[in-house]
This record gives sequence, C-alpha cells and structure tokens, in this order.
Amino acid sequence: MLFPVSVDNLVKRFEGVDAVQGVSFCASRGEILGLLGPNGAGKTTIIHMLLGLTSHDSGTISILGMGMPKHRYQILERVNFASAYVSLPGNLTIMESLQVYARLYNVRDPARRAREVMAELEVEINPKSLVGMLSAGQKTRLNLCKALLNRPEVIFLDEPTASLDPDVARKVRALLKKMRETYGTTVVYTSHYMHEVEELCDRVIFLARGKIVATGSPEEIRQRSNMKSLEDVFVSIARDGELRDLRQGGVE
Amino acid sequence: MISRILAMVLRYLFIYKRSYIRIGELIFFPLMDLLVWGFVTMYLQQVTQSRVVLFMLGGIILWDVFFRAQQAVGMSVLQEMWVGNTLNLFVSPLRSYELIISTAIVGFIRALITATGLAICAYVLYSFNVFDLGFSLFPLFGLLLFFGWVVGLFTASLILRYGEAAESLAWIVPFLVQPFVAVFYPVSALPAGLQIFAFIFPCTHIFEGMRAVLLTNAVPVREMLIALSLSLAWMVVTGTCLAGTLRYVRRKGYLTTCARG
Repeated sequence: MLFPVSVDNLVKRFEGVDAVQGVSFCASRGEILGLLGPNGAGKTTIIHMLLGLTSHDSGTISILGMGMPKHRYQILERVNFASAYVSLPGNLTIMESLQVYARLYNVRDPARRAREVMAELEVEINPKSLVGMLSAGQKTRLNLCKALLNRPEVIFLDEPTASLDPDVARKVRALLKKMRETYGTTVVYTSHYMHEVEELCDRVIFLARGKIVATGSPEEIRQRSNMKSLEDVFVSIARDGELRDLRQGGVE
Repeated sequence: MISRILAMVLRYLFIYKRSYIRIGELIFFPLMDLLVWGFVTMYLQQVTQSRVVLFMLGGIILWDVFFRAQQAVGMSVLQEMWVGNTLNLFVSPLRSYELIISTAIVGFIRALITATGLAICAYVLYSFNVFDLGFSLFPLFGLLLFFGWVVGLFTASLILRYGEAAESLAWIVPFLVQPFVAVFYPVSALPAGLQIFAFIFPCTHIFEGMRAVLLTNAVPVREMLIALSLSLAWMVVTGTCLAGTLRYVRRKGYLTTCARG
C-alpha cells in the first residue's frame, strides 16, 4: 500500500542536540494524523523536514511516493502548509497575496480560485484589505486559504488554530473534515489543543525529546494510559518524557 | 515556470502600486547624488575646463543601474523575512532560479526607471545627454545590470546565511567595491597594487569603457568582452556560493527562522 506520507527512521541533530531520533510513521490517504508533544519534542522539526525546509541527517521521507529532498519541487506542487506563526506578505492585499500564491502553484484562473477558497473558509473580509492590517485570527484564516489554493493531496498544519476564536476554529476543523471526506486529503497536524485533537484526529503520535513515545487513536492512547483525558496524557508526557501507565488515573 | 516567475514579479510590483514612498525612493537618493555631485563637478569644470563633469554624471547614472539591480536581487530575501513570508515561499514549488529570474526582472524595471529619471534630470540640469554614449550605452547598461544581479546573488547568500543580522551588509556590499571599480575616476588614479585588484571586477572595465566612449566615441568592445567574461566567472562563483548556502541553511534549519545572531 502506498502511503501519502511515509517516514522511516528519521534522524536530525542540531548542534549536539538530538532533535529527532529514529522516528518512523505513515499517514494513509484521507487520514488526519496529529503530531503531539511538549515544546521542543520535535514536531515542527519533523514537519519542516517533510516539507524540505530542513534536511534530515539520516532516514527516508516519502511523500506521495516520491523521496524528499530528491523530488522536492514535484512534491511541493501537490502539498501545502499553513501555520499560525507564518504570515503572507503584509504589504499586499488579500486578493493580491492569494493570486500570487495561486500562480506559484500553477493554479488556473487565480482570481477565481482565490474567491473560492475565501468562500470555503467563510473569510468575509474585504479582499482589498492589506494583509498587514488583519487581526491575528484573520491572518491565520488567510494562511489556511493559501494552503487550500492548489487543492493539496497532503496538507501540513503547524498549530493552525492557535490564534483563532472558538467559532472560527470550529469552522476550520469542519473544513478539514470536509476536505478529507471530499478530496481524500491527508492532513498532518500539530496542536496543543487536546480537545481539538480528540475531535479531529484519526490517529496521534506523541513525541518527547525527538522520540515517539505513544501512537494510536486518541481514545486508544487515553485508555492504554488509563487517564481521564488526552490532556492528562499530554501533561504526563511533558513532565516525564514518556507515557507512564498511571493506573490511578489522571495527572495532578 | 513562467507562471511562477510572473507571480513573483507581480508580488514585488504590487507593492509599488500603493506606495508613493517606494516609487519616490527609486529616484530620491540617486537624484540627491546627482544634484550634489553634479554641481560639484560643474564647479570643477569651471575651474579646470576638464571633461570631469561628463565622467562624473555618467558614473552616477551607470552606478545606480548596478546598485538597483544588486538591491532587487539581494534584498528580496530580506524583504520576505521582514514580512514573515520566507517559509511560505520556500514550501511553495518556486525554484531558486525562478526566484532569481523574477527578482532580476524587477531589478531591470527598477534600474530602468532610475536611470531614465536621472538621465532626464542630468540633461535638464547639466545639459549632459546620456545618449552621447551612443550605441555603447545599451551593452554598458546590460553589463552593469548583469553584474548587479551577480552581486545581488552574493548578497542574498549572506542574508540567507546570517538572517536579518546581515541587513546592513546587504546595503553596503556595493559600496565595498565602489572605491576600487573606477566609477568616478580612472583606474590609473588608484595606487598600482589596487589597480590589479580593481581589474578583477567587471564594473571597472565597464566604467573605463564609458570614459573611453565619452573621450573618443569608439565602442569599447575589448572592455565589454572582458566585463562579460568576468561577470560570467563571478556568476559561477556566487551561484556556487548560493547553492552551498542553501544546503547549509537547510542542514542547520535556518530557513525556518530569521533571527540568528
């Protein structure tokens, strides 16, 4: 079976720090996979390596059946990325930004596609507004619009709802589910909002200090660790660097 | 490929659509240079009766062609860092050479606007007609543009490697070579040791060629060929430098962060 995302024994060291240590995982077509873990666990580094922004020291990355970084540009044409911490050019208008990116992804009729994605994400902002004048939440939604322009087969999202209000965050989650159902889009996703992860992710991978410490559906992991919620699991991993089986249930 | 290059050209030109300050910046500083040095040289001409005014005004206009081309290519990466857009660009299918071509096109447009504005001002204020350079004007313009792009590549490498910390370097790189490349005075005015150093830069041959045209009206074919050969050699060096820098920053994870010391 060909997995849209396949990672085998990925290793990355920065200045003597083991950022990622032998991580292996796959994501199926239409799967929403959560990469979770405390700050510094290696989630973002893994996403950056999957996108070819950072090179890996060893191991293999295959996206849509092609090796990264050898087929970097062929892969990047068919995937996309959004993060709450990355912005589109503040000195362009919304429509200009989206049209520039639509052209970068070789999208036909860039203006039309830009209007389509804005409608899909219910971005009801004047398209002539400057990106730099938008609120953090509006910028995040615009980033998501950018990420949908090329109808990606795999989408990488780094804390995409970090600055969104609950209503908009819910709409984003609904859209991601719709994308998965309609287009079979694979979503690789990081978040610190465990309720969101529980609602959205088919499967999660918990990382700590660059290693996988647990993997499974949110419910499986919660049951296996005998904890009340995924948030308890997260806190346990953040404190101990591993998933402990706390039979008492819960973390204080 | 065309679509992506056009996208990036539009990305940089859209900015000018709304910003009179940016448009003004294309002309303001070069015009100030032209006014100050133009009047200084007019005065010198009165007292010395030399052709120095021609050399100075020609030098000012052609230097700005080089400077604008260097800035367009070199500062593009920095501009993306300022607006937090670097990551989005590097995860798009935009190839490095497509980014370079698009910034080179923008550099051409900027240099053309600046040179045209300066040429008009020089004609009105000092009766200096840049077309006195005749047919040679076009290859001299093209060669300066080309070397400007090459130095821009080197500047882009510095910014990729050192992030926003290299901002000041990006501005001063052209001025590091300016004293040695005979913009306003002939190479013979330099000490002997520096003359050898000066001749490794294409600019030196271009400005020497400009003075030769203004003095003799002869097309400086030899100077142009040397400048072209040197520019190509420098392009190989800076292209290799940029490719190495891209590998390095990917290894270090620097593409994902702007601030690194």
